Amino acid sequence: MVDRLGPLFRHAVLLLGAAVMLAPFVLMLSLSVKPAAEIFAPQFRLLPEQWSAWENYSAAFTKVPLARFLMNGFIVTFCIFAAQAVTALPMAYALAKLRWRGRDTVFGLVLLALLVPPQVPAIPLYIGLWQLGLLDTYAAIILPSTVSVFGIFLMRQFFRTVPNDLIAAARMDGLSELGIVWRIMLPTAAPALAAFGCLSFIWNWNEFFWPYIAVQSEHLMTPPLGIAFFSDTESGTSWGPLMAAATVTTAPLALAFLLAQRAFVRGVTMSGVK
Amino acid sequence: MASVDLIGIGKKFGATDVLRDVTLRVADGEFLAILGASGCGKSTLLRILAGLEGTDQGEVRLGGIEVGHLRPKARDLAMVFQSYALYPYMTVGQNIALPLEMRRLSAWQRLPLLGRLMPGTRAARENIAEDVASVAGPLQLGALLGRKPAQLSGGQRQRVALARAMVRQPAAFLMDEPLSNLDAKLRIEARAEIVALQRRLGATILYVTHDQEEAMAMADRVAVMQGGRVLQVAAPQSLYDDPVSLDVARFVGSPPMNVFPVRLHSSGAVEALGTALPFHATGTAREGIVMGVRPEALRPAEQGIAVTLARIERLGGEALLYCTAPGLAQPLVAQVEAGEANDHAIGAPLRLMPRRALLFDGDGKRMVCRAGSVGAMALASAHG
Amino acid sequence: MAEARAGKWPGGRAEALAAWALALPALILMILMLLGPVVAVLLLSFTGWSLGDAEMEWIGLGNYEQLAADPVFWTSLRNTLIYVGVSVPATVGLGLGAALLVESVGRFRSFYRAAYFLPVASTLLAMALVWEFMFHPTVGFVNQALRTLGLPVTDWLNNPDVALLAIAVIGVWQNLGLAMVLFVAGLQGVPKDLYEALALDGADGAWERFRRVTWPMLGPALVFVVAITAIRSFQVFDTVAVLTEGGPNKSTEVLLYTMVQEGFRFLRTAYGAAITVVFLVFTLAITVAQTVILDRRAHYG
Repeated sequence: MVDRLGPLFRHAVLLLGAAVMLAPFVLMLSLSVKPAAEIFAPQFRLLPEQWSAWENYSAAFTKVPLARFLMNGFIVTFCIFAAQAVTALPMAYALAKLRWRGRDTVFGLVLLALLVPPQVPAIPLYIGLWQLGLLDTYAAIILPSTVSVFGIFLMRQFFRTVPNDLIAAARMDGLSELGIVWRIMLPTAAPALAAFGCLSFIWNWNEFFWPYIAVQSEHLMTPPLGIAFFSDTESGTSWGPLMAAATVTTAPLALAFLLAQRAFVRGVTMSGVK
Repeated sequence: MASVDLIGIGKKFGATDVLRDVTLRVADGEFLAILGASGCGKSTLLRILAGLEGTDQGEVRLGGIEVGHLRPKARDLAMVFQSYALYPYMTVGQNIALPLEMRRLSAWQRLPLLGRLMPGTRAARENIAEDVASVAGPLQLGALLGRKPAQLSGGQRQRVALARAMVRQPAAFLMDEPLSNLDAKLRIEARAEIVALQRRLGATILYVTHDQEEAMAMADRVAVMQGGRVLQVAAPQSLYDDPVSLDVARFVGSPPMNVFPVRLHSSGAVEALGTALPFHATGTAREGIVMGVRPEALRPAEQGIAVTLARIERLGGEALLYCTAPGLAQPLVAQVEAGEANDHAIGAPLRLMPRRALLFDGDGKRMVCRAGSVGAMALASAHG
Repeated sequence: MAEARAGKWPGGRAEALAAWALALPALILMILMLLGPVVAVLLLSFTGWSLGDAEMEWIGLGNYEQLAADPVFWTSLRNTLIYVGVSVPATVGLGLGAALLVESVGRFRSFYRAAYFLPVASTLLAMALVWEFMFHPTVGFVNQALRTLGLPVTDWLNNPDVALLAIAVIGVWQNLGLAMVLFVAGLQGVPKDLYEALALDGADGAWERFRRVTWPMLGPALVFVVAITAIRSFQVFDTVAVLTEGGPNKSTEVLLYTMVQEGFRFLRTAYGAAITVVFLVFTLAITVAQTVILDRRAHYG
C-alpha cells in the first residue's frame, strides 16, 4: 500500500504532518514579533507589517521576572541532574556488578518504584516539607527529584553490558570499588549518562505539577510556572509579550534538542527498551 | 618472579563441583599451560589464583606464602584476559600506566588537576612514563601510546594487554586464552613472542587454553583438565607419547588418535576385527578394552586390519586416509606422505598395521602393552 | 546463590560492604521520596485528616464511600477515561503511520523526525498557551482551517461538548513524536532478511510486507507504546490547569486536577489521598495488562 503511494505522495503526507506539528511553533514566533493590532487581523501573515519584536520581548522580561524564571529553571534542572547522577551511578554499579546479600531485594524495590507515577507521592511530600518548613524554597522543588529510579534502572542495564573482565582487570590493577565507579564505569557510561541527562533535562525543565504545588513565591518560579503566572496576570490580553515569553521559555529545550538530537532520541528509545 | 602452588583446590557453584581437589605446582620461571575444553574449570582456577573468586577448599601459595585471604590487588599477579579488558576511553599509554599509578601515587596525587600540584607527583609521573616506554618499546607499541584501543588492530591490542601486565613486574603472569581472538597467522607469531618474552624475563606463567597445539607448542609442562579435575601434568612430548588415560590421549594430538575395540587373549595376544596384532599386553582386564593408535603410527601394509578406503583428505605435505570397516563406529585415519596416497584407490580394500599403540582398559586407564610379540605374529599367520 | 557465599572469597565481605555503601544514598532517597510516600498516601486515604489537624482519625473506607457518592469524582473519572480513550488510539495510530512513512522515504528523514519530535522536547505549558490561540474562536488556525473547508466552527475551549476533545488534540500533538520514535526503533529491529525471505516466497507488496512481517514483529513495541501513552495520558494535568481549570461546567475535570483541588486547594488532604490511590490503581492496571499481554505473546512466540 505504502509502496504504491509513490515517493512524492509520501513526502506530501509527511510534509503536511510536519506543517501541523510545527504550526504552533511558527505561530508562536510570528505572534511574538507582532504588535497587538496585527495579532487579531482577520488575515494571518507570517511576518508583521510593523515589527515589534523589541517591545514584546522587553515587555516579557519586565512585566514578569522572566530572567529570574530562566535562572531558576537552570538551577533546578542542574541540581536535580547532579543529584540523580551522583546517587544513581554508584547504586547502578552495585546492582549490576557486585555480589551482595540484598541485591535482589533492592533491585525489586527499584522496579516497584518504577511503577509509581511521579504525582502519587505529592501529598505526603507536601506534608513532610511543610513540617520541615521547607515549602516555597528551592529545596522543595529539588528534593523530591533527587533520586531517579528510571536513571538507576537505565544505568544498571547499561552497566550489565560492561564486560566483567574490565572490572576484574581494574581490581587487579589496584582500584577500589568507588575507584571503579569513578575511573572505569563513569567514562564507559558517558553516552548513556548523556542520554539520561537529556531526558532528565526535558522532564525537569517542563515539570509543572510539582512546582505548582510546592512554590508560590514569584522569585522561585520555574519557567513553566512563571509563564502560567504571566498568562494569569495578563489574562489573555497581551498576546505578543506572552508569546515572546513562551518562545524564551521553550527555546533552551528546543535548542538543546536540535543540537543533541541523537542523544535525545537515544535516551527516549532506551526508555522504551525495558 | 615466584613459584605458584595450588593445593587441593575445591570449588562449587551451587550444587555443581567446578573444581575437585586440584593440585598444581608451578616452579619459579616455569611456563605451565592448563589445557581443557570449555567448562572444565580452567578459567575458574585462574580466577581463584588471581583472587577474583574464592575457594571452598584448598590453599593458594605464592612464593611459598599462603595468599588465600589476600584481595586481588595485594597478590602481585598480572592477568591477560581473553577480551584483553583494555579501558576503552583511555589511551594505550594510560592503560599501561594505570597499574603503576595505583601503586606509586597516593590517593591525593591521583586527583585530577589538583594531584599535579601535590609534592612528588611530577617525579613519580616521570618515573612511570619511563617505565611505560621501556615496556612499550620492545612490544612495538612506542608509536601507539597516544591511541585509543578502538584504533588498534587485534594484534596490537593483545600486545597492549601484555604490556599492561608486564609493566609492574608481577610475581607471576596469568593468561586466560590470550590469543584466541587473533587470526591464525597472528596467533602463531604471538606464540613465539610470548615464549621469547618468558625466556627473557624468566617469568612464571600460567596459561589457560583450549587449543592443544598452542599448549604443546608453548609450555614447559601442560596440565590437562576435565570435569574440574587435573588428569595429567607432564611435558608436551610425554603427554603425547605416554598419556595416563584415554581422555588425555584423545585430547592431545591432531588429527585425534584412532580408538577402536580390541580382544585380549589370555596369552596376552591382541586381536582387532579378527586380525592378530603384533603387541603383547599384560594385565587382568578383559572387558571393554580399546587400542589407541596415532594416525602417523597407522600404516598401509601387507598384513593388518582389513578395511575399505572411503576418503582421502590431502593436506599438502601429507594425506589422511579415512578407512571404514564393518564393526567400526568411527573410521580409522592413517596419515601418509602425500605421494603415497596415490598408490591407493577410493573404494579399494586395504590393510592397516599399527606401528605403535596404546592400550586402555574399560575405565580408560593405561595398560601395559609391548610391541613385536612373535607369538602374536604366529597367531596372525594362523588366522590369515 | 552467590549471595549465600558472600564473604567467602577474598575481599567478599569488603565487596558486600562496598555495595551497601554505594547503594545506600540512592536507597534512602528512594524510600524517603517515593516508596515511603506511597505507603503514606495509602494509609492517609483511610483517615479523615486535613493539613493542620492535630488528631488523625481512622475512618476506614469513609473517603472511598464519599468518593463513590461524589458526582464531581465520577465526572472526573469519566472525563479522564474519555481523554485516554481518544488520545491513545490517535497517538498510537498517527505515530505508527508517521514511523512507517518516515522509514519508507530516503531523503529528509532526519528533518521529519526532528519536526515530529520537537513537541516532545518543548515546554508543554508554553505550547498550551499557543494552542489557546490556535483554538481562538475567530482568528485561531483551527477555525480558519475548518471555515476554509466549509465545516462548522465553535469556541473550542469554552464549549463543554468539545473542550475535552480540544485538550486531547493538544495531548496527541505532544506525544505523537514519542510514539513515532519508539516505533522507528522497533522497525529498525526488524531483520531485513525477513523481508527478503518474504519476497522470495512471493509476497513483496507493501500490504503483504506490513501484514506478514512488520505488524507481527512490531507487536511488543506496540504493546509498550500503548502502555506508555496510556500512562502519560492518565497524567494529563498541565493543559487543564492552565487552559480550562476543569471547565467549562466540569467538562474537562480530570483525576489529577480533582486531586490537586481537593488535596491542596480545599485542604481535604485525606480525600485527595483517596483520589491519588484511585489514580495509582488505574496506572498499575495498565502496567499489569501490558505485562500479561507481553507474557502471553512470548509464550506463543
